[in-house]
Amino acid sequence: MSNALLDLRNVTIRFGGLLAVSDLDFHIQPNELVGLIGPNGAGKTTVFNLITGVYTPTSGGICFDGDSVAGQSAHQITAKGIARTFQNIRLFNSLSVLDNVRTAFNLHLEGGFMSAIFRGKRFQNEEARVRAKALELLEIFGLDSVADLPCRSLSYGDQRRLEIVRALATQPRLLLLDEPAAGMNATEKVELMKLIRFTQERFGLAVLLVEHDMKVVMGICQRIAVIEYGRKIAEGTPDEIRRNPKVIAAYLGEEVSHDA
Amino acid sequence: MGIRFAFFISLIAGAVVSYLFTGHPEPSWTVAQLDDYLLNILILMGINVILAVSLNVVNGHTGQFSLGHAGFMAVGAYASATITLLAGKSLLGLLSPLGLMAQPCLFVTALLVGGISAALAGLLVGIPSLRLRGDYLAIVTLGFGEIIRVVINNTDTLGGARGLSGVPPYTTLGWTFGIAVFAIYIVGTLVNSTYGRGFLAVRDDEIAAEAMGINTTKYKVTAFTVGAFFAGLAGALYAHFIGYITPEGFNFLKSVDVVVMVILGGMGSTAGVTVAAIALTILNELLRQTEQYRMIIFALILIVLMIVRPQGLIGDIGKLLPRKKGGA
Repeated sequence: MSNALLDLRNVTIRFGGLLAVSDLDFHIQPNELVGLIGPNGAGKTTVFNLITGVYTPTSGGICFDGDSVAGQSAHQITAKGIARTFQNIRLFNSLSVLDNVRTAFNLHLEGGFMSAIFRGKRFQNEEARVRAKALELLEIFGLDSVADLPCRSLSYGDQRRLEIVRALATQPRLLLLDEPAAGMNATEKVELMKLIRFTQERFGLAVLLVEHDMKVVMGICQRIAVIEYGRKIAEGTPDEIRRNPKVIAAYLGEEVSHDA
Repeated sequence: MGIRFAFFISLIAGAVVSYLFTGHPEPSWTVAQLDDYLLNILILMGINVILAVSLNVVNGHTGQFSLGHAGFMAVGAYASATITLLAGKSLLGLLSPLGLMAQPCLFVTALLVGGISAALAGLLVGIPSLRLRGDYLAIVTLGFGEIIRVVINNTDTLGGARGLSGVPPYTTLGWTFGIAVFAIYIVGTLVNSTYGRGFLAVRDDEIAAEAMGINTTKYKVTAFTVGAFFAGLAGALYAHFIGYITPEGFNFLKSVDVVVMVILGGMGSTAGVTVAAIALTILNELLRQTEQYRMIIFALILIVLMIVRPQGLIGDIGKLLPRKKGGA
C-alpha cells in the first residue's frame, strides 16, 4: 500500500456534533478505476470534498503520491495532480469551448502577468502551444469542431465531456468524477461508461468515481468501496460487493424496494 | 492580432485627436482652435474612460463588486498633488538641466506616485476583502472609499475639508488620451491571454476556477491592484486638470458614476465601457440645458437603456462578429 497514489488514513471529519466521515481508510493505486458508492447522505460528497481540499479533516491524513495534501487549498491540490469534475456541471459559461480548456492550462503557464502584457516571443510561443494542446485534447473527445462556440450552447452530454477535457488539461494523475451519470438516460449512461474507460486508458490515469448509479459503477470499476454513515462497510471487486450482505442491506436492498 | 490592431487604431485616433484639438501647433487646416469648454469635456471624457476601463477589470472581468473606485482615485489625486505642490519647485529645480523636459518629467513622476500609491491601497483593500463575496465585498469597498475621504477630510496637511488648491495645470488632452489608450491596451491585452482568461474564470465560477488550479485569491488581488493603479492615474490627471481638489469630490456618488458606466457599457466589455464613459460624459453636458430636470432625464435614460439592453451598450457585439481562427 506504500506505493498508493492516493492514501486516506483514519480520516475523520466532524461538523459540530455530526460525524460525517469517521476513520476512513481508503487508497487508490496508479492507473486504477475505483468506485465509491453509498446511499444518500452516506458521506460520499464529503469524502470528495476532503480529497479536493474543500474541507480539512478533523483528524487523519490524506497523502497524494507520498505528500500530505490535507488542509491545502483546492488549487494547490490540483497543481499536485488531482483534477475533478462537478456533479452539477460547472463550466465557465461566458467563455468559448476552447477558452474553457485554455483556462485550465493556467496552472502550467510559464509566463504570468508581465508576459501577458509585454507579449514577447516566448509569450507568443506559449500561447500557440497552449492553443494547440487544447485543440488536441478537444479533438480526442470529438469537440474540436465546436471549439469556438460558447460552451453553454453544447448539449448536456457534450458539456460533461468538456468538463472532463478541462480537467485533463490540468494534467492530472488522478481524476475524480462526482456523480457523472446524474441526470442521464440509459443510452447516455452507456456512452459515459465508454468515455470514462476510454479516458482512463488513453491518459493512464487513476480514476475515482463517486456515483449513485449502481450499473455504471459495477460496469466499469475494478474495485469498489462502499460507505454508510461515514464509515466504510465494504470494499472489493464488483462481484464481491454485489454479494456482500452488508451492502445489500445498506444500499441495494433499499434500491430494490424503491424500484418495486 | 485583434488587440494589437485595436491598440494601434486607438493610438492613431488619440494622436490625431490630441493634435487637432489641443490647438498647440495650431495647423491652419484643422478645425479652429477648440474653445476651452470643449477641451475640458474631452479631458473629462478621457479621465472617465480610464476610470471605467479600470473598474471594469474588477467589476466586469473578475466579477467582484467594488464600490470604492472614487477612493482609489482620491489616493492618486492627493498623492500626485502632494508631489507637485510640496516638492514641485525643488524637483523642477533639480530637473532644470532637462530644459523643456523638466515639467513633463515632474508630471510623470507625480502620475506614477499617484498610480502606485493607489495600487498599494488596492492591494491593501484587496487582501482582506477576498474572503468576502458579492454584497459583503461591495460594502467593504464602499467603507474603504468613505474611510479615505474621511481621513483626508481630517488631515490638515492635505488641506482637510477645504481641499488642496493651486495644483499646477499639467494635464493636457495629449496626456489624458495617451493614458486612456494605455489603460485600454493594458486591460485588453491582459484579458486576452491564457493568463487573463483566469480573471474571467474567477468571475464565471470561483469554485470551478479553484478546482482548475487557478489561485483565485491572487487573481482577485491582481485585479484590485491593476484597477486601483489606473484609478490613481485618473485621479492624478483629474487633480492636475481641475487644479483644486476636495475630499467631497471623491465621495460615494463618484464611485457610483463609474459603476454606472461599467454596467451601462456591458460588464467585461472594454469597448463597451469606453463607449459608455464617452456617452455619459457627453450626455451629462447635453442635459445641462435642461437644468433642474437633468438628473431625472439622466436616470430615465439609464432605466430605459437597462431595460432595452441589459447586456450593456455593446455588451456582445464582439461575439457577433465572425471570429478569426488563430486570433490571440
